Amino acid sequence: MVAATGIEAARVRLHPNDVQRRSRGAAAVLFLAFVFLVGTFFHAQVVQHGDYALRSRDNRMREIPIPAPRGMIVDRHGAIIAESVPGYSISVIVPSADSLRTVLGRIGSVIPLSEGQAEEAVRRFRRNANRPTVILGNATFDIVSRLEEHRVEFPGIIIQDAPKRFYPAGSAVSAFVGYTGEVSEQELTTPAFAGYKPGQQVGKGGIEREYESRLKGAEGVRFVEVDARGRVVRDADSSTTVLPQPAPRFATNIDLDLQQYVADIFGDSLAGAAVALDPATGAVLALHSAPGFDPNRFIGGIPAGYFRQLLDDPRRPLYNKATQGRFAPGSTWKLATAITALELGLVKVTDRMPTPCTGGYQYGNRYFKCHLAKGHGFLTLAQAIEQSCDVYFYQLALKVGLQRLVAGGVRLGAGARSGIDLPAESRPEYPSDPAADYFTKRYGPRGWTQANALNLGIGQGENAQTVVNVARFYTALANGGVAARPQIASGAPSIERIFALDSTAYEGLRDALAGVVERGTAASSRISGVALAGKTGTAQSGVFRGGQELNHAWFAGFAPADAPRIVVVVLIEYGGHGTRAARIASKIMGHYLKMTPAQHIQTEGE
Amino acid sequence: MRRLADADYPLVALALVLSVMGVAMVYSAGQTDVSTGLSGLWRMQALHLALGLGAAWLVSRMSIRTLDYVTPAFYGIVVAVLVLLPFIGRGAGTAKSSRSWLYLGDVSIGQPAEIAKVAVVMMLAKVLASRSDAPRTLADFWRPALVVGVPWMLVMLQPDLGTGLVFIGILFAMLYWAGTRWQLLVMAASPVVSLALAFNTPLWGAWFVFIIALIYKTRPYMLESVAVVGANLAFGVVAPFVWGHLQPHQQQRLLVFLDPSSDPLRSGYHVLQSQVAIGSGGWFGKGFTQGTQKRLAFLPEQHTDFIFPVVGEELGFVGVAIVLALYAWFMMRCIRIAARSQNTFASLVAFGLVAMLFAHVVENVGMTVGVMPITGIPLPFFSYGGSFMLTCWIAVGLLVRLSLEGRGQADTLVI
Repeated sequence: MVAATGIEAARVRLHPNDVQRRSRGAAAVLFLAFVFLVGTFFHAQVVQHGDYALRSRDNRMREIPIPAPRGMIVDRHGAIIAESVPGYSISVIVPSADSLRTVLGRIGSVIPLSEGQAEEAVRRFRRNANRPTVILGNATFDIVSRLEEHRVEFPGIIIQDAPKRFYPAGSAVSAFVGYTGEVSEQELTTPAFAGYKPGQQVGKGGIEREYESRLKGAEGVRFVEVDARGRVVRDADSSTTVLPQPAPRFATNIDLDLQQYVADIFGDSLAGAAVALDPATGAVLALHSAPGFDPNRFIGGIPAGYFRQLLDDPRRPLYNKATQGRFAPGSTWKLATAITALELGLVKVTDRMPTPCTGGYQYGNRYFKCHLAKGHGFLTLAQAIEQSCDVYFYQLALKVGLQRLVAGGVRLGAGARSGIDLPAESRPEYPSDPAADYFTKRYGPRGWTQANALNLGIGQGENAQTVVNVARFYTALANGGVAARPQIASGAPSIERIFALDSTAYEGLRDALAGVVERGTAASSRISGVALAGKTGTAQSGVFRGGQELNHAWFAGFAPADAPRIVVVVLIEYGGHGTRAARIASKIMGHYLKMTPAQHIQTEGE
Repeated sequence: MRRLADADYPLVALALVLSVMGVAMVYSAGQTDVSTGLSGLWRMQALHLALGLGAAWLVSRMSIRTLDYVTPAFYGIVVAVLVLLPFIGRGAGTAKSSRSWLYLGDVSIGQPAEIAKVAVVMMLAKVLASRSDAPRTLADFWRPALVVGVPWMLVMLQPDLGTGLVFIGILFAMLYWAGTRWQLLVMAASPVVSLALAFNTPLWGAWFVFIIALIYKTRPYMLESVAVVGANLAFGVVAPFVWGHLQPHQQQRLLVFLDPSSDPLRSGYHVLQSQVAIGSGGWFGKGFTQGTQKRLAFLPEQHTDFIFPVVGEELGFVGVAIVLALYAWFMMRCIRIAARSQNTFASLVAFGLVAMLFAHVVENVGMTVGVMPITGIPLPFFSYGGSFMLTCWIAVGLLVRLSLEGRGQADTLVI
C-alpha cells in the first residue's frame, strides 16, 4: 500500500485527541438539533393535536345546508293552500370571487344565466363565502338535466333538492298567503331574523311572513369533502348529515272553497275587497283583495316584467284592499251612530226624528243632502236604517253630540286595527277621544263645529275604515255586542264585548238590518229560505270622473239574520251604489250557507 | 486491500431502511382522492433507488487513492456543467422556473446541482488535506472559499437558494473538522448574523460587543479585524437603513430575488397546511395512505419537498420520532467513520457528506413544521427525485469505502 506524502503529513494534523474533541462537538450539535426537532413535533402532534385535528376537519369539510320544506298551509277542511313541491337549486363551492366569475362564465354556455343572476351570485358569495353560493335558487328539471350532462366540466357544482313553494289556488289566495323569497340583507339585521343565514328562503308578506317561525321548519345540513382548491371530492359519511325537519301542517280558518268562490266573483274586472268571518270566533273564512296577483310567480325572484305590470296596473294589485286600503265606510257606519244613541238611551228603535226627510237637512248656514233627493218623510230608526236615510242620522248625530259620538265610535273600535294576524294592517282613520282635542288640534279652536258630527254620523268625514275592521264591527252586530278578532290561523278565538243593548233594542236593530235586504236598499239581494241582514254603503271617494264623484260601494252584513254563521263585508272600489256590493255579498253568503239567491242577479245597474 | 466484510453495514442498513420507507411514502403521497398524477411515481422512485444502490456499489469499489486522484477532474466537470447549465438547462418538476435540469436530447439526465454537492465536498477535502495545518487567518480561507464559491455562485444564479445554503453549511463544517478555531469561523460568519439581527437593535448590539470581545481576545491581523467590524456594521446598521427606505414592492422584489421559490402569499399557506397535516396526525397518525390532508392535496409538493408531513400525518409522532432517530443514528455512524479514518482526505470527505445530509434533513424537516424558512430542498432518501436519490447513495457508497480505511482509534466515541 502506497501512501501519498500529503496523506502522511495530514496524519499528524488529525491527532486522535483533536478528532475526538471535534466529533464530540459534532455529535452534540447533531443531538441537540434532533432533540429540538423531536420536541417541535411533539408539541405539534401531541400537545396541540386537538387544535390541529379540528382544523384538519374544517379544512376538508364544507357545510351544505339542506333547506327544510316549509309547513303545508291548509284550510279548515284540509285543502291545500300552500305546499312544497320538488325544486332544485344550483350552487357552487368556490375559493374566491374570481373563480366564481370563471365558473359563472363557463356555466353560462350550458344553462341560461342572466347578467343579473350572475351579479346576484357574486353578491351572495361576498355576503357569505363559507356557504355554497347559490347560482340558481329555482332551477327547472330541464336545467338540472342539462347541467348533469356536463357534470364533469363543473367540479364544485352542487345540485340539490330545494323544495319550492306552490300555491294551488294561485291569485285566489294572494291577499293573505304572501309568498316566499330569499331573506334580504336588511331583514338579516333585524332581531326577528336572528340565526338566519343569507340564501335562506323566508316568508314575505301574508301568513308566510306572519307565521314564519311556525312555517320554516329546521334547516338540515350535510357535509362534503373538498380538496385544496375547494372542489367537491365526495360526500362525507352520511352519519354526519343532519336531516332537515319539515315544519308541521299549518291549519287555517280559511274555507278555500269559499275563498275561490269570492275570487271568482271578483274575477279580473272588479277592484275591491271582501272579507268573510265566522261571527262567533272571528275565524276568517275568506279574505280577498281584487285584483290579485299570482304568488307562484313571486317564488325564486319576481320576473321584472311581471312586477312592472303589477306596479303599473291602476287598480293596484299589490295593495291589499282588505287590510291596507282605507275607505270612508259610508252608511255601513250608521249602525255605530245608532248603537251609540241607543246605548245612551237617547232614542228607541221605533222613535222618529223631529224633522222629516225632504231630501236634505239645513244645519246653520249649510244644507246637508240625503241620498234620496225626493226625501224619505217621517221614519223610525229601523226604517231609517232600511232606507239608509241620511237626514234621520244627521239629527241623531246632533242629538248624541260630537263628543259622545266620537267616544262611542272609539269604543266600537273605529280607531283601532282589527288585529287580524296579517302583517302591515293599516290603522283606520278616526277622531280620537276626546273629540274636542282632536278637532282643535286638526282644525284649530274655531275651525270646527257640531256640523262635523253630521258627517261622522253617516260614515263620512274623518273616518276611513279598512274592510277587515268593518267586518270586525259587524261580528259584534251579529253577536249582540261581542266583537271577534279576525283570525286566519286556527286557534283560540279572541273576543271582546264592545257594546251592550237590551234585547228589544238589539233585536230591533237586527230586524232593521234584515229589513234592508228584505225590503230596503239591498232588496235585490234576497235569498230564499234564509234571512240575510246587512247594510249598504255608498261612500264618497273624492275621485271625480266626468264631473260626477265616483263612489265606493259597500255592503256589510251577516246571515242567517236570527242565528248568524257568517259575516261578510264587500267593498267595490268606485263601484257606485252599495246595492252592487250587496249582491256580491249575498252570493257569498248564499254560497257559504248552500243557498241560492232568490232573484237572479243582473249583471249591472239597478 | 481491505475486505468488504469490514464495511460499515449498519450504515448501509440504515440508509436502506430509510430509502424503503421513502419509497413507501412516495407511494402514499400518490394515493389521493383528487387527480394529482402522482400515483405511479413510487415505481420510478424504486428504480431511482436501484440505480442508487448500483452507483453506491461502484463507488465503494474505488480506492481512496483513486478517489483522491479523480476529484479535480470530477469537480472540474461538475463546475463546467454548472457553467453551461444556464444555456443548455431546462426547468422541470418542482423547479419549473429555473434552468436547473440537464437534458441529453429530450431525455432528462438530472439536476447537476445535487451531484455538485458531492464534488464540492471531495474537492474541499482535497484542498484542506493538501495543507499541513488548518487555516489560521481569514485570509487562509481564500482557497476553500474559492472551491465552494464558484459552484455556489453558479447554483445561486439558477437560482437555488436551498442548495446554496447547503454549500455554506458544508464549507463551515469542513473547516471546523479540518481544525479551524471556532473563533475564526464565528468571525467569518458574523456579518450574516449581523444581518439576521439587524432589525433587533439590542440583540444586534450584544452581538457586536461579542464580536469586538472576540477580536480583542484572538487578536487577528489588524486588516482582518477592521474588515470584520466593518462588515458587521454594514450589515447591521446600513442594511436596515437602506431596507427601510425601499418601497414595499422593492422589498418584495428583493426577497423574491433572494429566494424565488418563496411565493410570499402561498408559502404561509403551505406551512399552515403542512402544520395542520402534521398536527392532526397525533400520536400514531391516521394510518398509512390514510392522511386526509394528503388525500385531498392540501399539502404542497407532497411527494418531494413536503413529503415529511405525510409521514407526520399518517404515521404520527411515533413514526416521526422513529424516522428522525434513524437519521440521527445514520449520521452518528458517519461521524464515527470520519473520526476513525486515518486519512485526512477521507476523514474530511466523510464529515463533509454528513454535513450535507444533516443540512438537508434539518432544513427540510424544520421547514415542514415551521421552524425553518421554506427553501425547497429535498429530504434525503425520502423526497421523490432521481438526482438526489443517486447523490445520497453515492454518498453512502463513499462512506462505505471510507469506513474501510478506519482503524479504530476513535472507539471511545460510542455510537
